Amino acid sequence: MLGPNRKFTEGLFKVTTHRDRTLTVFSVIILLAFLFYADRNFDSYTVRILENIAIFITLAVSYNLINGVMGQFSLAPNAFLAIGAYTSAIFTLSQEEKLRSFIIEPMLWPLSVISFPFAISLLLAGIATALVAVMMATPVFRVRGDYLAIVTLGFGEVIQVLANNFLSITNGSLGLKGLYPYTNLWWAWGVCIFTIFCTVRLINSSYGRAMKAVREDEIAAEAMGINALRIKTFAFAFSAFFQGVAGGLLAHLITTISPSLFTFMFTFNLLIIVVIGGLGSTTGSVIAAVLITWGNEALRVFEEPSNFFGFQYEGIPGMRMILFSVILILVMLFARTGIMGRSEFTWEGLLQWFRRKIPALKV
Amino acid sequence: MALLLDVRNLSVLFGGVLALNKLSLEIAGGEIIGLIGPNGAGKTTAFNVVTGRIKRSSGSIFFCGRDITGWSPSRIARNGIARTFQNIKLYEDLSVIENVMIAAHSSISYSFLEAILGLGRFSRDESRIRSKAFELLELMNLKELAAERASSLPYGSQRKLEIARALALEPKLLLLDEPVAGMNPTETREFADFILRLRDSLSIGIGLIDHDMSFVMGVCDRIRVIDHGVPIAWGIPTQVRNNKDVIAAYLGTDFGVVTGDHAAN
Repeated sequence: MLGPNRKFTEGLFKVTTHRDRTLTVFSVIILLAFLFYADRNFDSYTVRILENIAIFITLAVSYNLINGVMGQFSLAPNAFLAIGAYTSAIFTLSQEEKLRSFIIEPMLWPLSVISFPFAISLLLAGIATALVAVMMATPVFRVRGDYLAIVTLGFGEVIQVLANNFLSITNGSLGLKGLYPYTNLWWAWGVCIFTIFCTVRLINSSYGRAMKAVREDEIAAEAMGINALRIKTFAFAFSAFFQGVAGGLLAHLITTISPSLFTFMFTFNLLIIVVIGGLGSTTGSVIAAVLITWGNEALRVFEEPSNFFGFQYEGIPGMRMILFSVILILVMLFARTGIMGRSEFTWEGLLQWFRRKIPALKV
Repeated sequence: MALLLDVRNLSVLFGGVLALNKLSLEIAGGEIIGLIGPNGAGKTTAFNVVTGRIKRSSGSIFFCGRDITGWSPSRIARNGIARTFQNIKLYEDLSVIENVMIAAHSSISYSFLEAILGLGRFSRDESRIRSKAFELLELMNLKELAAERASSLPYGSQRKLEIARALALEPKLLLLDEPVAGMNPTETREFADFILRLRDSLSIGIGLIDHDMSFVMGVCDRIRVIDHGVPIAWGIPTQVRNNKDVIAAYLGTDFGVVTGDHAAN
């Protein structure tokens, strides 16, 4: 999409030049400056959208590692999100709040008195989720393709049932309330940038190549010495870590969590994001996460009464979802491989695009 | 040369079908061994068992003196047996150079944390893998195509790329499944020269399956013939060429000498 260089160069001269590094650092600084400005001047609604965008980028980028880069059709993100959200919430809630909330059954002893700072509980959320992913990997990756999707879908349901029934840990269907809203722009975007950085670096290493090999041809990958189960387990844990952290961020953004929050719809939204962005493209995941999270809010104008050139429009509730579906269908019709296909953003590509569009510009 | 591969009395049963019946095969370092037989004889099955893709029913496989029977495909590959596939199995959507670099995955010494942080061992390993991959592409005359998508290569180049990828594993034993299928006579002759040079320069053992008899007879030191899973002959090319059972297996009984042209057809 970017740049005229449609010739296939992925993975060839991926030596990051000094110029690219400078440009990346520079653009991160611009982003931080923007966040600083947004933090001070934007209303809380807009800030909330920006925080949501960051969390969804984090989720989409880590989900894309499994579904896009490694080509394993997993539907587990809602489970990972739930584990991360619950773990972090259990560790940040104060002792008094735990006493007050757990009315059906008191909380299990060591958990009822432990309280950690937000950063540590996020880290614990990530580690706990990654551990669950490791335990899950061996039984789950015995199957591939559609079967894998069904097994991981079932896993998501299992986690919900567990959350509903482990009263002394999760407080059942009452959920956990009164979480302190720790998640702000800085936490959300800090985790987001960290996730993108780690994931991109991993994809550009031999580990990432091994994952792509498993996607392309698992038999050939194994014949070249790649232990498919091991690399799948690793990628699953890696992805789950960031999804767990994102779950923690989400929990402390909405401040109330209950099992019904983490339904399959969450996974489904993420699936739409990674497919629209282009399966296998981290850039695509980022772009689609921004577009869809922001677009879902922007389309609300069609649900509100307005006046188009003298024509009075009453506003139809649910109109937003209809338009959203139409846009999704159009994207899938005209860009089958998503916005980015499998290509990634490169500074070289962007500069070449500028050179072509504005010949006078000597960059 | 030391014995690399020692297959003893290997049998494979698919349901009621005996796909391989007590196959024995030895390949030493610096030796090229041919495995031939009519279609459906069990040649590819033999390769699949040796590389761990298919479970054997009885018999044993030794590699470099170690019993590798029942090992996983990736473990066998890491221990030095590389192979190519009859129906080419490249990583089609990846670039040519990436295809070769992937085979060097087991040789990396850096952890994923080092990869993320870009520490010393990471860049050293990456540049080693990259230059090694370019060397192999140069060897196979594919260097100019390094940035192309593997699936966009012509058929012959795809076969060559598969061999480059197999060599990136730095194998002690290379198993080639129909390497010259689809090549014209000139390409086949060049490939035969290449195989011989490869054997001499790396002193690796090579096992190959092919239907092009003049090619097989020309490059192989010894040949094992199987028919319907049963080993029927073993010897140097001239012995095999004139073996009655072999002629019968290929052409039926009451027929003349097998020539390259007949068998290839």
